[in-house]
Amino acid sequence: MSEPAIIQIIGLTKTYQVGDVPVHALRGVNLEVGKGEFVAIIGASGSGKSTLFHVLGGLTPATSGTVRINGRDLAGMTNEERTNLRKTVVGFVFQKYNLLPTLSAEDNIRIVRYIANRNTEFDPAFQEVVGLLGIADRMKHKPRALSGGQQQRVAIARGIVNSPAILLADEPTGNLDSENSAAVLKLMKDLNRRLGQTILMITHDSDAASYADRVVRMRDGCIV
Amino acid sequence: MLSVLAIAVEVTMILTLVGVSYGTLDGTANRARGVGADILFRPPGSSAIGLSSAPMSDKLPKLLMQEPHVTFAMGTMVQPLSGFDTINGVDLEEFRKLNGGFHYLQGGPPVNDDDMVVDEFYARQKHLHVGDTVELINHTWKISGISESGKLARLCVKLPVLQALTGNPGHLSQIFIKLDDPGRAQEVVDALRLKYPGYQIYTMEEFTSLLSINSVGLLRNFIGVVIGIAVVVGFIVVFMAMYTAVLERTREIGILKAVGGSSALILNILFRETLVLALLGSVLGIVLTYGTQWLMRHVVPASLVQETVYGWWPIATGVAIVGALLGAIVPGIKAVNQDVTEALSYE
Repeated sequence: MSEPAIIQIIGLTKTYQVGDVPVHALRGVNLEVGKGEFVAIIGASGSGKSTLFHVLGGLTPATSGTVRINGRDLAGMTNEERTNLRKTVVGFVFQKYNLLPTLSAEDNIRIVRYIANRNTEFDPAFQEVVGLLGIADRMKHKPRALSGGQQQRVAIARGIVNSPAILLADEPTGNLDSENSAAVLKLMKDLNRRLGQTILMITHDSDAASYADRVVRMRDGCIV
Repeated sequence: MLSVLAIAVEVTMILTLVGVSYGTLDGTANRARGVGADILFRPPGSSAIGLSSAPMSDKLPKLLMQEPHVTFAMGTMVQPLSGFDTINGVDLEEFRKLNGGFHYLQGGPPVNDDDMVVDEFYARQKHLHVGDTVELINHTWKISGISESGKLARLCVKLPVLQALTGNPGHLSQIFIKLDDPGRAQEVVDALRLKYPGYQIYTMEEFTSLLSINSVGLLRNFIGVVIGIAVVVGFIVVFMAMYTAVLERTREIGILKAVGGSSALILNILFRETLVLALLGSVLGIVLTYGTQWLMRHVVPASLVQETVYGWWPIATGVAIVGALLGAIVPGIKAVNQDVTEALSYE
């Protein structure tokens, strides 16, 4: 790693309570991701990779351990602070795209700018990104009028529109056919190379993981 | 859409009740003015809107006519029927002297003791024509004439007949007084109040001003109760609509929160949506009020008169907004407290 670690995870644990039974989803995870790195976390279902995604994104709190994002410790963050983290520091790409169905592609991206109290007009640099993602002519369409691949590209645009320090992607190709999967992964690789975007991608697919600079394997809540 | 309709019904309910209250009181005031008198003389203990007995002697008008500036005094007897309806006993000859008498659209004045004059609205509501009979106060009356509305009462019969039928021979409910100079009405009222202590004596202007919602405690309380019910209805409707909306949009709320949407933003969206529902409902409610007005004018023109009371539009809208916003509080709290990861996996 040539750059300082933008993600630092030390002894991270997460335990869910299902009824009376404690479920240990993460059992002491340690990981560092450098600025500008494209890291894939690969593991089978139930390995804890999605839980790691949720903790890193500030969507759910850790049980114990330390998680530093861009130098800020997530432990002890209030809900409001975690909300602010999601506004500007972390961008998300989900397996099911998670676009707002009533808004156009353009408004799905704009609303994230609005939430972050930023100018909702796209600057030329972002217009270029939209062109790079190949969705410039689909911006006025609602999600239901877009293919899965197009929806995921819109989701990627939404994820990076506020220039977050980290883009977290949870199975971004999980709902796509192989052709669209390859296109989306290439785009993410491109964004990483051209814009220096740090990407942490969760996947169970080794082909998808092969696009990353580094692959980290998870099993039973631990990195192996 | 259903929520908008329910809020509209709530607004219509308030505006219709207020409109009917105003319409009924204004109708009574207009008919009192239509008599053409300057002073109204009523028995002790009587209220502005109702007379339930005839406790004054029919010798009083003659005594009152001896007072300075009084040119004429005419007594009537009022027998309450159901609702706001009354049947009035009047000496038609005296009534003619006071204001020229009724203007008949059909038929003419009572000739026989069983004859009755009804106004055009009562006739329309009851589908009555000259020669028809109507059963009131255990007596069968024959319609001798249908008069133009706006004078004294909707139903009038011969004074002695009504007195006898109700067991009040020689008694009156109220006396209308005509002056030589209407400008001296207050002066004469003051003098009469001194001479006849306890009697309710008003200038006609003062009497008609008493026929307002604020002066009638029962109506004021009734409207208060209806507004309270309306707020509860608005609360329940919007609570259910918003609760369902929050459930249906669990995933969308999760998405907004995942991309950094704060609790304030989520509440802002819900409350703005609620406000739009309440405003649309209010506009529709106001439009529906014209529908109820049309219905009353055509179905019950004599019993219920509904006015358009513009001053109550913002009040009814305010009531709808308050009820709706109260109803949105609990769903709003539910939305704010939703777990993001659970919300994102909601199908």
